[in-house]
Amino acid sequence: MSERTERLSVFKTYKLYVGGKFPRSESGRVYEVTDGKNGDWLANAPLSSRKDGRDAVVAARKAFGGWSGATAYNRGQVLYRVAEMLEGRREQFVREVADAEGIGRSKAAAVVDAAIDRWVWYAGWTDKIAQVAGGANPVAGPFFNLSTPEPTGVVTVLAPQESSFLGLVSVIAPVIASGNTVVVIASERAPLPALSLGEVLATSDLPGGVVNILSGKAAEIAPSLAAHQDVNGIDLTGTAADLGLAKQLEIAAADNLKRVRRPRAAEDFTADPGTDRLTYFLETKTVWHPTGSLGASGSSY
Amino acid sequence: MASVFEYAPAPESRAVVDIAPNYGLFIDGEFVDAADGKVFKTVSPATEEVLSEVAQAGEADVERAVRAARKAFEKWSALPGAERGKYLFRIARIIQERSRELAVLETLDNGKPIKETRDADLPLVAAHFFYYAGWADKLDHAGFGPGPKALGVAGQVIPWNFPLLMLAWKIAPALATGNTVVLKPAETTPLSALFFADICRQAGLPKGVVNILPGYGDAGAALVAHPDVDKVAFTGSTAVGKEIARTVAGTDKKLTLELGGKGANIVFDDAPVDQAVEGIVTGIFFNQGQVCCAGSRLLVQESVHDELLHSLKRRLSTLRLGDPLDKNTDIGAINSAEQLARITALAETGEAEGAERWTAPCELPSSGYWFAPTLFTGVTQAHTVARDEIFGPVLSVLTFRTPDEAVAKANNTQYGLSAGIWTEKGSRILAVANKLRAGVVWANTFNKFDPTSPFGGYKESGFGREGGRHGLEAYLDV
Repeated sequence: MSERTERLSVFKTYKLYVGGKFPRSESGRVYEVTDGKNGDWLANAPLSSRKDGRDAVVAARKAFGGWSGATAYNRGQVLYRVAEMLEGRREQFVREVADAEGIGRSKAAAVVDAAIDRWVWYAGWTDKIAQVAGGANPVAGPFFNLSTPEPTGVVTVLAPQESSFLGLVSVIAPVIASGNTVVVIASERAPLPALSLGEVLATSDLPGGVVNILSGKAAEIAPSLAAHQDVNGIDLTGTAADLGLAKQLEIAAADNLKRVRRPRAAEDFTADPGTDRLTYFLETKTVWHPTGSLGASGSSY
Repeated sequence: MASVFEYAPAPESRAVVDIAPNYGLFIDGEFVDAADGKVFKTVSPATEEVLSEVAQAGEADVERAVRAARKAFEKWSALPGAERGKYLFRIARIIQERSRELAVLETLDNGKPIKETRDADLPLVAAHFFYYAGWADKLDHAGFGPGPKALGVAGQVIPWNFPLLMLAWKIAPALATGNTVVLKPAETTPLSALFFADICRQAGLPKGVVNILPGYGDAGAALVAHPDVDKVAFTGSTAVGKEIARTVAGTDKKLTLELGGKGANIVFDDAPVDQAVEGIVTGIFFNQGQVCCAGSRLLVQESVHDELLHSLKRRLSTLRLGDPLDKNTDIGAINSAEQLARITALAETGEAEGAERWTAPCELPSSGYWFAPTLFTGVTQAHTVARDEIFGPVLSVLTFRTPDEAVAKANNTQYGLSAGIWTEKGSRILAVANKLRAGVVWANTFNKFDPTSPFGGYKESGFGREGGRHGLEAYLDV
């Protein structure tokens, strides 16, 4: 009889999430991710290239027609399904967030709970935002006139650097709730919760390509995404500590007039999110049609 | 071709407007000379007659005006909304009172027909001020949360195609929300903005709340780059819009842009031909086609192409081109020699690339800047006349077979400002409108505007909305 040994655990190979699949970086590169407290090695994460960014945009564009054309009710159910799947994996994410952010278990549990609840919050918004942000306009003439919010298109999101999970969920959920598709660059230092979120999204009925998750250096990947002609908007939240990069990206984004959400100092992602992020990447479409003029001869029915 | 009935001339009287030989900049409630003493001439594009000599703002004047607006901001933004609203109501009423004078002035300076300034521009200008006047004390209920705040000093740069209307779209929401304003009108059409300065005086508007800086692009560039400007609003070309977006990058300035367009006007085979023809004419020949939301691409279903084009050409042959002050005039002058040269060059490109050119048979006056209504058939999506904004009375005609093809072609542009749909079938209107990537969709109508109706583009036609509740957001810290 051989001696009983402690079981060797199985490590996870963290991979990108692009077009509903889990590829490695096409560059074959990885970088070392360490825990937020002691600097111990946690895993290797893919070090995405600019080409990975372009592939993600292709996937996001391909998904846009279907996702933006889905009913708001359907999008709401999908977002709620994400919350359901996350709840089931709660323990895993508590561990990953605790490691990533160097916080204790109970604090990490609060973060994960808040992130799950955030999906629920936005799940409920999908079929309400059109009535809040749009409506009938009382024009001075015989015309039906209706304004409706529509998604902007493909949006690149630079996720917050510090809040690696709640912050991440807080920036992508509102953008996809209204029908946009997203290419998100995860926190550079703490990308593992984001990469694991890809596994949750893949099992949540979310069509492939609606959310595409990249890990790596924002300074390397983001400039080509900011200049990309098939990206319609960019959220610079993750550049809050690097305003030089934020300015460079905003200038590049002007090439095709992307909608730019500038970084804001010290955002508190535990606070009530309101509708700011939900309405940021929306376009208003206004449709006119003549109403005719029944009863114009004086009859009042 | 149908012949044009002879009409006796029916000119609107010039006597209702008194244009001074020269005008200053309007800064801090006073008309003043430019710091460097520069002036420029503004001419009537219909006759090339010099109308007046106007002070030309430079960087030093921008500095003065922004300082005046900053100084006025504290009191103006602290005023109860109801009081700010009453100033705007006063302005709206004075514009209504002086609308004939302003319509004639606008027609003289811009070259557009009096029937348009009288029936479209001026009523919309007054309505816009009246609409936003009512918002001034209701901002808590506008859906942006309690107590939304003004941004500060708004730097606004407007184009020459609807000089006073674009001023109204900019100034009315800015003042209603408590901002103060420095506005630069276009160099070819400064006069109505200067008359507006006089209306501010009559309304008793506090000094410095509205400042008007006639001038060229350099003054506009200095204004948007000024560090004490909190909000930039621009209407004009996409190229300049991108330059402004780069200028404000990395600052806290809030930006809205209303830029170019290449609107598709889609005519299905079941559309009533005569109504569609009228809509096409309104779409591309309103204001000589110098409209960012013009329906400059006609997409016609292949089966009705010949019939529609026959009717369209017959209708275009009856349009009256000439003296903009004549009440019967349909097509006025092109706004400037420069714009005329641009339209002419693009039309020549259309011919050179192989599209077939047809021009309405009409006589052009011997002086002034004129371009006869023109259309191109046999146009493909690769042609320059189908891709570039011409900003003139030039229509490019393309064909399609299925609704899907119409939508794909309509959306095949970097722009996304307007589109038109002509069909009797309700479900098709809604399906197509849903698929079009454009900020304004006119179904069985075209080029309709209203202060309650948000206006603005998708994609490279800019961002932000003007008009309606949506229009408040651009001027609030929300």
